[in-house]
Amino acid sequence: MASVKRFSPLPGFGLAMGYTLVYLSLVVLIPLSAVATKTLAMGWDSFWDAASSPRVVASYQLSFGASLLAAAINVVFGLIFAWVLVRYRFPGKGLIDALVDLPFALPTAVAGIALATIYSENGSVGSLLEPWGIEIAYTPNGVLLALVFIGLPFVVRTVQPVLADLEKDVEEAAAGLGASRWQTFARIILPHIAPALLTGFAMAFARAVGEYGSVIFIAGNVPMVSEITPLLIITKLEQYDYAGATAVASVMLIISFVLLLLINGLQGWMHNRGRRT
Amino acid sequence: MSTSIALHVGSLERGETASTREPAWVKVVLISIALSFFGIFLLLPLGTVFAEALRKGWGAYLAALVNRDAWDAIRLTLITAAIAVPLNLVFGVAASWAIARFEFVGKRVLITLIDLPFSVSPVISGLIYVLLFGAQGWFGPWLQEHDIRIIFAVPGIVLATIFVTFPFVARELIPLMEAQGSEEEEAAVVLGASGWQVFWYATLPNIKWGLLYGVILCNARAMGEFGAVSVVSGHIRGQTNTMPLYVEILYNEYNYAAAFAVASLLALLAIITLALKTLVERQTRRQLQEVTEASGE
Repeated sequence: MASVKRFSPLPGFGLAMGYTLVYLSLVVLIPLSAVATKTLAMGWDSFWDAASSPRVVASYQLSFGASLLAAAINVVFGLIFAWVLVRYRFPGKGLIDALVDLPFALPTAVAGIALATIYSENGSVGSLLEPWGIEIAYTPNGVLLALVFIGLPFVVRTVQPVLADLEKDVEEAAAGLGASRWQTFARIILPHIAPALLTGFAMAFARAVGEYGSVIFIAGNVPMVSEITPLLIITKLEQYDYAGATAVASVMLIISFVLLLLINGLQGWMHNRGRRT
Repeated sequence: MSTSIALHVGSLERGETASTREPAWVKVVLISIALSFFGIFLLLPLGTVFAEALRKGWGAYLAALVNRDAWDAIRLTLITAAIAVPLNLVFGVAASWAIARFEFVGKRVLITLIDLPFSVSPVISGLIYVLLFGAQGWFGPWLQEHDIRIIFAVPGIVLATIFVTFPFVARELIPLMEAQGSEEEEAAVVLGASGWQVFWYATLPNIKWGLLYGVILCNARAMGEFGAVSVVSGHIRGQTNTMPLYVEILYNEYNYAAAFAVASLLALLAIITLALKTLVERQTRRQLQEVTEASGE
């Protein structure tokens, strides 16, 4: 009980743990604490002024609003993707399964310029939408579109394994007891995958809130209209307003940490449910 | 191996009744939705990158890649990845050895802390190093006195890249090593193996695919990172331009063909990454199957 570590015959705990803690502190913890120290040094009033000016609040509304909507869209389409990939066989399935992770693998700046080109008024899709009066590039719609692109893999990849593990006999039992296919889905399958859907939603949302590269090319970046919060931080930095940038960053960091804890909690819940069944 | 899976699926499908299966039209609609979404959201952007890059022909494409600025950007991207990936690889192995092989107080907290960089906006990942090493930062005055540049210079780019790619290897290895257990390593210790021998001969062969997987993802992010690097770089051509930053500069100069030409190299990297990832996933699945079959007998 005196030691924090339980006995193990394996060597190397001290070295591995020591290295882990030192490297973690140097690369992550100390640099991140700079935001907290800098914010605390500002004093409440100047922090509040910087973090709640109208332009900053407008950027929160866009960033959080578009991220919520994008994550919700991802839940719907992510579930369809996961379902189709787990349950059906069709030509091109292997390719889709491999390319679902493209938004993870494609550098964000590349995705950004590609999306901006496609959806601008001369672009391959933008020119089709233009006669209908639908504008995507250089409007808040563009922000939403980029965030849907970036968030899709999160929902697919969290739901896919849970759906694959779902035992067929539970569905057969429900059908045997007279449930329709829709009832089986709504009462048996959906509750089973709900934690995974929620986790995917939270992950997509967390990623979307902080996303920068894929958004800025298509957003138009008009202050008060289509300016996302991460871009505003950069703008403030470029004007040497370090305190203002730090204040906005600390607001975003706090929200990110809350989301991280929420995601961890959800994953713990999923894990425990998996064990019980 | 693949035939046995196909047979298994086949027998399941035969056993299905109409009520455990969706009507045919539902299936068709769902597959169509997935295929159209896939086409518009994933294939189209990827295709656009290559189409735009080659719009002015191969000559212009090559000219955009074979010049001083492009080459400097490629070189800096390679150098950055060559520093960041090995450092995070060593860290990932050390962290997963400590976490997956020993029981200690505060393990969950440590895992959460390791995941932190993933939940921080790339822009903030760059900002923290400006706050530390920038002119107005903690170490700013000292660095200026000694004429050391970190922000708006290569070291800042490397540091920001290390931060954003920090969790990749650890996060692949920890669950893998936890799932595998430590019987083999404990047996090696009982038989008199030294610590390094245990690692090289008992641990590494079991985790090599997971390790490779983590390295592939880590490398892709290191080469493609944009936001964090953008904050610390200062966009100095030939000096602090990585490939993604160079893409941005060309694009903002309305030099679209050149921007997409450089972007096409990064897109190629993404495709190679995904191909390797699929390959490694197949390998680990095979390994897992062999393990379960062996224990089943």
